[in-house]
Amino acid sequence: MNQAIIIGGGLHGLSTALHLARLPGWRVRVLERRHVGRHSSGINAGGVRRLGRDLREVGLSMVAAEMWAGMAKLVGDDGGFRPTGQVKLAESEADLAALERRHDAMRARGWTHEELIDEAETRRLLPGVAGHIKGALVVRDDGSANPMRTVMAFRRAVLEAGAEIIEGVSVTGIGPGLTVETDQGPMQADRVANCAGAWASGLAAAIGEPIPTYAKASMMIVTERLPRFCEPTVGSQSRALSFKQTDEGTVLIGGGHQGSNDLATETASVDFTNLAHAARIAAEIFPRMRGAKIIRSWTGIEARTPDQVPVLGESRALPGLFHSFGYSGHGFQLSPAAGAAMAELMARGATNLPIDGLSPHRFAT
Amino acid sequence: MKADVLVLGAGPAGISAALEARAQGLSVLLLDENSGPGGQVHRGAKASAAGPGAEQAHAGAALAARLATSGVDCRFGAVLWAIEPGPTAFFSEAGMARKAEAGQIILAPGTIERAVPIPGWTLPGVMGVGAAQILLKSAGLLPEGRVWLAGQGPLLWLYAAQALARGGAIAGIIDMSTHQPRAFAHLPLALLAPGYLARGLSWMRMVRARVPVIRTRRFSAQGDGRLEKLVIGNQTHAADILLLHDGVVPNTQVTRAIQGFSHRFRAGAWEPEADEYGRSNIAGILVAGDGGGVFGAEAAALSGRIAALQAAHALGRFGAEQRNALAGPLMMQRARQRAPRRFLDALFPPLPPPSDDVMLCRCEEVSAGRVRQAVGLGCQGTNQLKAFTRAGMGPCQGRVCGPLLHAAVAQARGAAPEDVAPLRTRFPTKPLTLGELAALAE
Repeated sequence: MNQAIIIGGGLHGLSTALHLARLPGWRVRVLERRHVGRHSSGINAGGVRRLGRDLREVGLSMVAAEMWAGMAKLVGDDGGFRPTGQVKLAESEADLAALERRHDAMRARGWTHEELIDEAETRRLLPGVAGHIKGALVVRDDGSANPMRTVMAFRRAVLEAGAEIIEGVSVTGIGPGLTVETDQGPMQADRVANCAGAWASGLAAAIGEPIPTYAKASMMIVTERLPRFCEPTVGSQSRALSFKQTDEGTVLIGGGHQGSNDLATETASVDFTNLAHAARIAAEIFPRMRGAKIIRSWTGIEARTPDQVPVLGESRALPGLFHSFGYSGHGFQLSPAAGAAMAELMARGATNLPIDGLSPHRFAT
Repeated sequence: MKADVLVLGAGPAGISAALEARAQGLSVLLLDENSGPGGQVHRGAKASAAGPGAEQAHAGAALAARLATSGVDCRFGAVLWAIEPGPTAFFSEAGMARKAEAGQIILAPGTIERAVPIPGWTLPGVMGVGAAQILLKSAGLLPEGRVWLAGQGPLLWLYAAQALARGGAIAGIIDMSTHQPRAFAHLPLALLAPGYLARGLSWMRMVRARVPVIRTRRFSAQGDGRLEKLVIGNQTHAADILLLHDGVVPNTQVTRAIQGFSHRFRAGAWEPEADEYGRSNIAGILVAGDGGGVFGAEAAALSGRIAALQAAHALGRFGAEQRNALAGPLMMQRARQRAPRRFLDALFPPLPPPSDDVMLCRCEEVSAGRVRQAVGLGCQGTNQLKAFTRAGMGPCQGRVCGPLLHAAVAQARGAAPEDVAPLRTRFPTKPLTLGELAALAE
């Protein structure tokens, strides 16, 4: 049996473990310092979005979209995925022009999933949207899922595939010969995956492979349950917003407004003066939201790369080690496809999945 | 808005802290979500009070009178919903969100009544003794119809005595306590403050003389859409109101939302970890009163004053020596007032988690059985339980179910309660509208 160790029990670690454990001849162990889905995997906004992706990510995102459509077959549960659409609003004529340019750039590359819609169609999709909205870019079969439910489904599937998930074990370093050092002693492997999220670049730096990332702590708000009024997930071209009504009727509001974080203590805190901007944008786009009660807010820690696109690929400093991190606030949708790419790289040394723009070495000078 | 000291909660600890801080020349902002001072124990306290609990009412009325002329900036109807490092407090008042920077924050949020999940506890007509006591103190209201009490602890008997003294009728009491012989090891210490126990015993005697008391833990509340009857073994008793009680626990809704705030498990509940001056491990945040560990109103008032002296010291009013000289005598008095508590805690350990079919989280409708099932699937703690079941994620943010979920997870894991982390809360810890928050960005 080949031995694989996956560092990090977030969605990317679990997805990598799942795909690898389903290949013949692999014994897979997932090492998680706290519990699975502890940081951004379990608490993100749940957007399943191709809309507006960086061109280097579009290919992998397209593969992931097909996997989301068949999620129940992949992990035994659909993770709450609903293809209710993603909408990026134009709040001004300048916004509309920018969305048109994006639309044309995508068409020029042969991508046709993003569709430009006029004001009337936007209002049909979003009754109750504010008067200043001019139009939107949409992907009608994008949608959203429930992050916690998705994490739990992957967790179950990983266990059913015969992999082990060891919670409460902290990886302190990766030594020569692919020895994973932990607070409970060393573990040996033939392949190691570094899926340690905001802590992954620290592990890479310790083996002499600097991959620059910054910790980020995007904040979220959830409101009380409201009567159903909004099906798609809504963003804005020029302002930071992610707005979605869940199956339960609660409304999730985010968009990348930053709280504070501390990697050493693994904590992140909401900054209400910043979060007030998310509330303001949401209330300006959906005026009916002004009176909605906020039930709680939260934030989680994850890694952002300098160009906001993840790194996925083999280490040069330590062959046999593979990095997958730096998803920069939009890794949830990519997770099924990124895990498949990782498993192929780890088992066969190559993949046909489109990851060319995601090399971990693109920042090296 | 700025103040040297911000005090949350105008109960005995909060008022005493505010008064002491003023006496030391500090500017003080006192927030309380109720319409007037007193907190739970001194709610509506009048100097003219008579009957069971009158001594406490007199103390409360005296504190309120001093507060009125103290120069403390009192904001009643003010709801604190977040604290950030600084420390900075966010609160809402008359629909407006406000931000206050404080040199020191003294949290005196008091207690929350522990829920009692018996079969049928979620039926309309079933409520906490604490809620009934609020109605009695604030509006002089007694429940009508066939009123039953069930549970354990001193407050149950105090409420019964107060209700009877005001002409109320109680159909029966179900005493859920069990004999705890080990408690009596703590009795000698308890006798340092004999008034405490003597008062409790006199309430109990008075109630037992007039109300039938049944000692059992096996009963259920039943009814079609609302409480109609209590079923105890093969006996059925008609009932309109059932008041439940299993003691009170420190209100840690705010402290659990502060990242990195340390808590400790003591006397069957989580409490904020604080030193003898009330200092927490978070810079500028102190804890006073029963919200830092339940020891009763007299000890709470003393701990409020001690925390205020520490705050004055931290703000440079005086050195450690003077703080110690001022706080020393208060600490000795406090130790005496705290003495009976260990006996009471040992006498009334929290009731064990209920059978599988009983609801623990009302907001998300999660039963004890589903919690045990989640533990069987590998769920190790209350925070993971959210992912497995959504328990604790409803509008109450675990205010009601938190201690129940914690006890059920610990029991199912066979783990010591202190080894199972408490449910994290998230700001805003009190409901806030999106519009109120948005106004902070305008």
